[in-house]
Amino acid sequence: MNAIGIIFANLHERNIPELTRIRTVGSVPFGCRYRLIDFTLSNMVNSGITDIRVVTQYNYQSLMDHIGSGKDWDLARRSGGIKILPPNMRYNQNYMGGAHSRLESLMGIAASLNHIKEDYVIMADCDGICNIDLDDLLRDHIANNADITMMTKRLNINGGLSETATIIEADESGRITDLAMNPKYAEGEHDVALNITVINTKYLQNIVQEAIAHGFTSLTRDIMMRNKEERNYRIYRYEGAFATISSLEDYFATSMELITNTAFRSALFGIDRRPVLTKVRNSAPTRYTDASVVKNSLIADGCTVDGTVENCILFRGVKIGRGAVVKNCILYQDTVVGENVFMNCVISDKNTVIRDGNVLAGHPSKPYFIGKNQML
Amino acid sequence: MFQKKECVVMLLAGGQGSRLYTLTESTAKPAVQFGGKYRIIDFPLSNCINSGLDTVGVLTQYQPLVLNEYIGNGQPWDLDRSRGGVMVLPPYQGKNGADWYSGTANAIYQNLNFIDRYDPDYVLILSGDHIYKMDYAAMLDYHKKMNADCTISVLEVPLSEASRFGIMNADENGKIFEFEEKPKQPKSTKASMGIYIFNAKLLKEYLIADENDPNSSKDFGKNIIPKMLDDGKSMYAYPFSGYWKDVGTIASLWEANMDLLGDKPEFDLYDKNWRIFSRTSARPPQFVGEDAKIHGSMMSEGCEIYGCVENSVLFDGVYVAPGAVVRDSVIMSGTRIEAGARVEYSIVDADTVICAGAVIGAKNEEDKIAVIGTKLTVPAGMTIAAGEMVNEAKLSELKEGGNIA
Repeated sequence: MNAIGIIFANLHERNIPELTRIRTVGSVPFGCRYRLIDFTLSNMVNSGITDIRVVTQYNYQSLMDHIGSGKDWDLARRSGGIKILPPNMRYNQNYMGGAHSRLESLMGIAASLNHIKEDYVIMADCDGICNIDLDDLLRDHIANNADITMMTKRLNINGGLSETATIIEADESGRITDLAMNPKYAEGEHDVALNITVINTKYLQNIVQEAIAHGFTSLTRDIMMRNKEERNYRIYRYEGAFATISSLEDYFATSMELITNTAFRSALFGIDRRPVLTKVRNSAPTRYTDASVVKNSLIADGCTVDGTVENCILFRGVKIGRGAVVKNCILYQDTVVGENVFMNCVISDKNTVIRDGNVLAGHPSKPYFIGKNQML
Repeated sequence: MFQKKECVVMLLAGGQGSRLYTLTESTAKPAVQFGGKYRIIDFPLSNCINSGLDTVGVLTQYQPLVLNEYIGNGQPWDLDRSRGGVMVLPPYQGKNGADWYSGTANAIYQNLNFIDRYDPDYVLILSGDHIYKMDYAAMLDYHKKMNADCTISVLEVPLSEASRFGIMNADENGKIFEFEEKPKQPKSTKASMGIYIFNAKLLKEYLIADENDPNSSKDFGKNIIPKMLDDGKSMYAYPFSGYWKDVGTIASLWEANMDLLGDKPEFDLYDKNWRIFSRTSARPPQFVGEDAKIHGSMMSEGCEIYGCVENSVLFDGVYVAPGAVVRDSVIMSGTRIEAGARVEYSIVDADTVICAGAVIGAKNEEDKIAVIGTKLTVPAGMTIAAGEMVNEAKLSELKEGGNIA
């Protein structure tokens, strides 16, 4: 594919502060065995992109641990492959807490953008959960001779938008006429940006140099809004399954949809030759004892189920004790649920321990969250 | 430039495993699936890396495609190294002609050039058909401590079964004075596990001598070991205790899989200090449906379970439809068990479809296991009797026989 990928790992973290306190949005666990960045990375890899740069500002230890050498995505390569680009701090320079927008992030990695032999750059955030062939997007971009093409989806936004969502107005030909960040006045159906964008490499390089020279900070406000008359900015409407996470409640609901909505599950995981790739952990298979009762659940490898599990998402290495009843829960890697525990609507972060006999309950509209490494 | 290695491992993986019938029709025995996500060869390879041995030659011969592809560059076992690592060694054509490996000793003989490159002090010989966890480094320490020429790992077996094995008769210090291959009246219960450590120079001498002996069958157990004993070499039995299973037959393969189940499994795959590594495919998590029942079983990613699974081992990507029943069975990767089908006391190989209402195997006292080969479609309503071995030919025979209820 004649494109490289740039992934923004930190953007949108204020939507889910509970889960991003210790990690980037890209490394938020989702769907039993994945991190959010896996969807973006797999989309790129499955579309034939072999040079991917991941831009991050802070909290990136879990991200680096997850990506490792990139071999699980076939991105451990001599040419191209995956590179994590942390902030470019210099001796004797005050670091002001880093970039908060795409454009600032790109300015931070300006040197890395100088030598790109591919003609296009596909930029994506990590908040999108989808399985998309990016080749369709690129073909549309090239066919329309566009400068920037933003992937959008028609959504009814009366239910509210996430704080970081952008809505886009376009004319009938698909040319962008207006962009607005979380406009409170908007109602009804609109094109909402899916935060997957194609841009011509040369144009991107110019934008970044211009932004550095003029102190611009926002791609939409300072670049696209100023130049939308002269430049060809377009939308590409995506019709397929797409989910994004705007809050912890939303995270809970979207996760549960993996169980209840078969169409959503197969749109993510059931596409031939487009698997969602993730870090291999080499867990043993999951073991169900004679006492196990399991229904309507998604379960990763390495678990031991000795109790009752209903409507749950169990990540790798979770242990459910004898007599425990766990319903509507999302339990992250290596959570240990003791004997005779009752839990409903709980999200537990990694390595939490719920000791024997505890009763914990949240509500679908307010799931109870247990932070990493805690013991109850 | 080849770095010197203290010990080079040679893993014999060329065997056909004919007693596994249809399971090894198109795959070498070491590549046969085991334990929900592994292949047999994962156990010796993981033991190697866990023992700190990073130079492994894998000798292949019979149906090597799946095995070669599986081993690949050795990455799943951390054996993708610039110095050492895993290397697949097939038979090759030389200046004086081409030869298949005619025996275990001949296979090593033909690859002395591989061993020589690393100039090792010791050579560890393994076979690719056993399920066990073993620290080869401890065995090597024992070999050095005893100042042995050759050390053979042995397992205490019940006297009643000793006549199935090669038996090492050793004194109280572990020094072997006699070796008997499958003795009618065993004098001891120390069975050879087919794991040998040799001093490299001595091994080379014996392999060359054995190669030049026209009467030799070029086998470690039959020729090399007895010859060394006759010559009065210092040979020791290294006592191993723990789980060890030869999975060379359908019955033992099934049993070994069953040993992973239950509240206190006989063989533990969950030990974080001795992990078993495998090459995994990218599959989504397993999904368990509304009316599913799962008891006493083990399964891997990509499984979709809507029916009843009891006391069984399911590999990745197995589908069990609503109303289907799987009991006391081993179902390999990607196989589908359709609605109302019943599978009991069976091993079903990968990518096979058991159509609606078919009945495979049956509970029986003698543990007769039905085996269904890979990439077959067992038609709706067909009954396959307990202990039946079904490959493509047998299936068409059954279809013609009209054995459909």
